[in-house]
Amino acid sequence: MDLDEARVADSAGRKVGEVVLAVDGISLAFGGVKALTDVGFDVREHEIRAIIGPNGAGKSSMLNVINGVYRPQQGSIRYGGRTFAAMDPHHAAAHGIARTFQSLALFKGMSVLDNMLAGRALMMKCNVLLQALRVGPALREEIVHRRRVEEIIDFLEIQHVRKTPVGRLPYGLQKRVDLGRALAAEPRVLLLDEPMAGMNVEEKQDMSRFILDVNDEFGTTIVLIEHDMGVVMDLSDRVVVLDYGRKIADGTPDEVRTSQAVIDAYLGVKH
Amino acid sequence: MVTTRNLTVAFFVLLVAGAISPMVAGKAQVGQWLEVVLGGLMSGVLYSLVALGLVLIFKASGVFNFAQGSMVLFAALSLVRLYEKLPLALAWVVERLVLRPLVNQEGIVLFMATLGIAYFLDGFGQIVWGNDVYTLDVGMPKEPKILFENVFEGGILVNMEDVIAAIIAALLVAGLALFFQKTGTGRALRAVADDHQAAQSIGIPLNRIWVIVWAVAGLVALVAGVVWGSKLGVQFSLQQVALKALPVVILGGFTSVPGAIVGGLIIGLGEKLSEVYLGPLFGGGIENWFAYVLALVFLLFRPEGLFGERHIDRV
Repeated sequence: MDLDEARVADSAGRKVGEVVLAVDGISLAFGGVKALTDVGFDVREHEIRAIIGPNGAGKSSMLNVINGVYRPQQGSIRYGGRTFAAMDPHHAAAHGIARTFQSLALFKGMSVLDNMLAGRALMMKCNVLLQALRVGPALREEIVHRRRVEEIIDFLEIQHVRKTPVGRLPYGLQKRVDLGRALAAEPRVLLLDEPMAGMNVEEKQDMSRFILDVNDEFGTTIVLIEHDMGVVMDLSDRVVVLDYGRKIADGTPDEVRTSQAVIDAYLGVKH
Repeated sequence: MVTTRNLTVAFFVLLVAGAISPMVAGKAQVGQWLEVVLGGLMSGVLYSLVALGLVLIFKASGVFNFAQGSMVLFAALSLVRLYEKLPLALAWVVERLVLRPLVNQEGIVLFMATLGIAYFLDGFGQIVWGNDVYTLDVGMPKEPKILFENVFEGGILVNMEDVIAAIIAALLVAGLALFFQKTGTGRALRAVADDHQAAQSIGIPLNRIWVIVWAVAGLVALVAGVVWGSKLGVQFSLQQVALKALPVVILGGFTSVPGAIVGGLIIGLGEKLSEVYLGPLFGGGIENWFAYVLALVFLLFRPEGLFGERHIDRV
């Protein structure tokens, strides 16, 4: 175990720190359908942690549990030194867990800029009247938020569309805005639900670069769901593999790649 | 894109042409025509006020609030009878007791709920306050004024009450525009309107946002109720007139605050002009159906309305 950790830290040349988020014995069922059964894993500070698995393996459900959209029937979530039976979306957001969505869930009628500013909703402290009149503290606050958001826009290379309503942007750019909105909240842990779904090779390369840069420059811990095995193996420090709602493997990309259970899950077994 | 813009331009050209045609045809004097136009715009302002409440709730929660007209009436009634700001509380109660338990249900379910609320409020209002016509006097000047006497023959008769109503509506709209466009809460409201789940994920508290929206809609209903009530008297037919807000939002677009205003003005103007100048050809009564026919035309050719957002669905 110790050996593994050392290798994780070395391979990416980054400092991987303490466990920041851990789920333990999570079971989630919708009526009679079991989405997750006794799943547990941890996420360390500054690492890129991938969750993979075939369709319907429960990956998105897992993310929704971490972010508080679903309440698991069993198990616990440990985050920020506290243990929860279930997260609450508001609490998660307020304590530094941001996320993106598999099927885009952007504010389509609003501009790129407004989408990102909305991502900082929780940091706006001034009262409505001051904001409306743009006076004093509200003006200063707006300027601070605006500056931060512009930095993220530069970072994601979407300066040219910052005033465009998001609904009009091509898919690849919308995915970037989704990431940008999550980043705007300056999260400690970033949950990415298939950030590269439906992208072509070039777009995937761009997105991979952004994810690595976020991890590198901002030190953000990333939990990532992805289908593209190549991408996962390149990006992540450690990988959890789910199949039919159960954890079947957990380790470095190399360990996971050679695991018999994983090969069976992906390629099928002879009956 | 180009064709829809042309359609909009064509519509406005047609509107202006239709509006000035009586004069060109030599059937109207300028003074009288101006009077009709002003009258139309003023009643349009009242439609706009009701429509505004509809748009607000639809924008933020995707619920078409059929009960907005009843809320207006209820607001006016409770003001007459209680002199209290009851409608704010009413909107809150509606949100709390009826809509919150229905969060994440289909839009049609929520719509049916508001339909129920509408009938309940009408019945409840009548039980509590009876169905007499009340006068509501909030100190608006009732005396009509004659302006421009030296410019036109006979001058133009202007109802000062209408002018004040228009000013109130303008202030309300300006305030709402500021609120929606410039404040964090406004941004949060627009965010919730676009995508509930995403809004939740960035930490916007949905429940609080919906309470705010319904409270604002209640406030708009209160203003609309006061203005309507003091103009026409508080009676149950108010709610019927409020139904005109439906064609107004179809015209202006369900999600557009400016659309509600422009739509209201166009319908107010259109029905008065057509009543006065086309009425004789049809034997009168155009005022009653003009708005609905216009809405029908819009549904056929431009279902998103003048200012509505067009959703481009990717396949």
